[in-house]
Amino acid sequence: MELNAIVNAISEKCPGSILKQTENHGINEITVSAQCFYEVMQTLQGDGCGFDMLTDVVGIDRMPRAPRFDLLYVLLSMKDFSRLIVRLEAGEGQEVPSVSSIWHSANWGEREVFDLMGINFSNHPDLRRILTWENFDGHPLRKDFPLEGKDFDKPFDTKTVKDYC
Amino acid sequence: MTDRKTITLNMGPHHPATHGVLRVILELDGETVVDATPVIGYLHRGIEKICENRNYQQIIPLTDRLDYAAASANNIGYCLTVEKLMGIDVPKRAQYLRVIMAELARIMGHHLWIGTHALDIGAMTVIFYAFRDREMIMAINEEIAGYRLTPSFIRIGGVARDTTDEFIKLVRDFVKWFPKALEGYHTLLTKNKIWTTRTMNIGVISAKEAINYGLTGPSLRGSGVAYDVRKAFPYSSYNDFEFQVPIGENGDVYDRFLVRMEEFKQSINIIGQAIENLPAGPIQTDNPWISSPGLPEVQNDISALIRRFMINARGAAVPVGEVYSAVEGAKGELGFYLVGDGSEHPYRLKIRSSCFYLASALPRLLVGHMVADAVAIIGSLDVVLGEIDR
Repeated sequence: MELNAIVNAISEKCPGSILKQTENHGINEITVSAQCFYEVMQTLQGDGCGFDMLTDVVGIDRMPRAPRFDLLYVLLSMKDFSRLIVRLEAGEGQEVPSVSSIWHSANWGEREVFDLMGINFSNHPDLRRILTWENFDGHPLRKDFPLEGKDFDKPFDTKTVKDYC
Repeated sequence: MTDRKTITLNMGPHHPATHGVLRVILELDGETVVDATPVIGYLHRGIEKICENRNYQQIIPLTDRLDYAAASANNIGYCLTVEKLMGIDVPKRAQYLRVIMAELARIMGHHLWIGTHALDIGAMTVIFYAFRDREMIMAINEEIAGYRLTPSFIRIGGVARDTTDEFIKLVRDFVKWFPKALEGYHTLLTKNKIWTTRTMNIGVISAKEAINYGLTGPSLRGSGVAYDVRKAFPYSSYNDFEFQVPIGENGDVYDRFLVRMEEFKQSINIIGQAIENLPAGPIQTDNPWISSPGLPEVQNDISALIRRFMINARGAAVPVGEVYSAVEGAKGELGFYLVGDGSEHPYRLKIRSSCFYLASALPRLLVGHMVADAVAIIGSLDVVLGEIDR
């Protein structure tokens, strides 16, 4: 789908929500504001735009920058096989509305970002750590996370791990 | 005493039918699954974090360890992403060699899948035939790359080395032999009454749901969606070759099985076309930023020596920018989101793992089925934990 058509469709529903639009190596990209982020995503998934697959959720830590994180949603339309990247800037401690009620794939995608990058999502059905363990300290993909974690040479304490059942 | 009606069954992480270290916590009512919670992360090595501290060339062998059952396809995905950001064109011969390696890897991945999937369901014979043929591909890998399982044969800007006569012969032999072997697999399974009873109408997922869950690859095509990255976003000269994208109808375990069986055939077709039409020419791009000069040049020219030293010791610098690029791995869309900051290391490399999203659909697929079917469903998704956990 053409970038202009996407922008028009979004502007009708939530005017002023698109901060920037570019084309990046053949993939359209829009930067949206946090206020009506959920509505924008709903519009994109709806029949008008037809981005029915959320391919991936990417978190990028831009450490000294003021909104610390970039959150990217890579979307794909199965109708014409076009991609769209939605970018959202998120500050530390800011809650981003979860889109897992729009795309099921966001459930694990957002859990991974929460686990490794430490971005919180509101209204997420099951926001737990996914790749690291329950009481892991820190978020490994943040730029200030040390390469050699503290206590890395100590044996793993099974007693402190909360069991599932 | 509790008055729970259900019991909890912990499947994995060391269960052979979970194909690695996948753990699924099943909540059972009798023998029926009422709830399933996949637990992953037992193989988490932090590859994305390691990548941020390695040269671009040093990452290639790390990508082998993602989907280790089909390693070459990962190399290609990564190298294409870096090339896209650097704006490098790869010579035609290298592109064809990449296609051969990717399709061999796909067949290798599917061999592992069909062997273990059938073994899980109880058909023990298949794995021996599958591994006999997989061994032939291992020999091809060994001949051209020196490694059998994780070839690391693809380089940024081309491939590692040129073909040998032995390699061409081995590939031709395999292309000639494999259709016969494939018929053997069909004889063992496709019309086998036990097989069809165990797989038909099990783990059904509709096209709409499969898309919503982010399924890609054969698991999505089994539900009837003809999405294949090789066709939708052709890369590495895939549009030079004639091949079909097989799709299923019902989206059950049996359809996913048929799709992969047909993919065997399409892949071997592509390899046949590529090896017969292999163009002459260089196997590495002539870009001074990335390609190391040849040995005669290095021995006679001091600037070439310095360049070779810089590229190998310090690494190649990649421009500032962000790029997403995807390839069709054996299990589905394998994407890389690369953020370059002008240095020799990626600022961020996000790996879009197809198996990660396949595993996320497990609760949806397992609920309502028997425990024995859970094994069939996990097998039909063909998850590889190396790619899920990264």
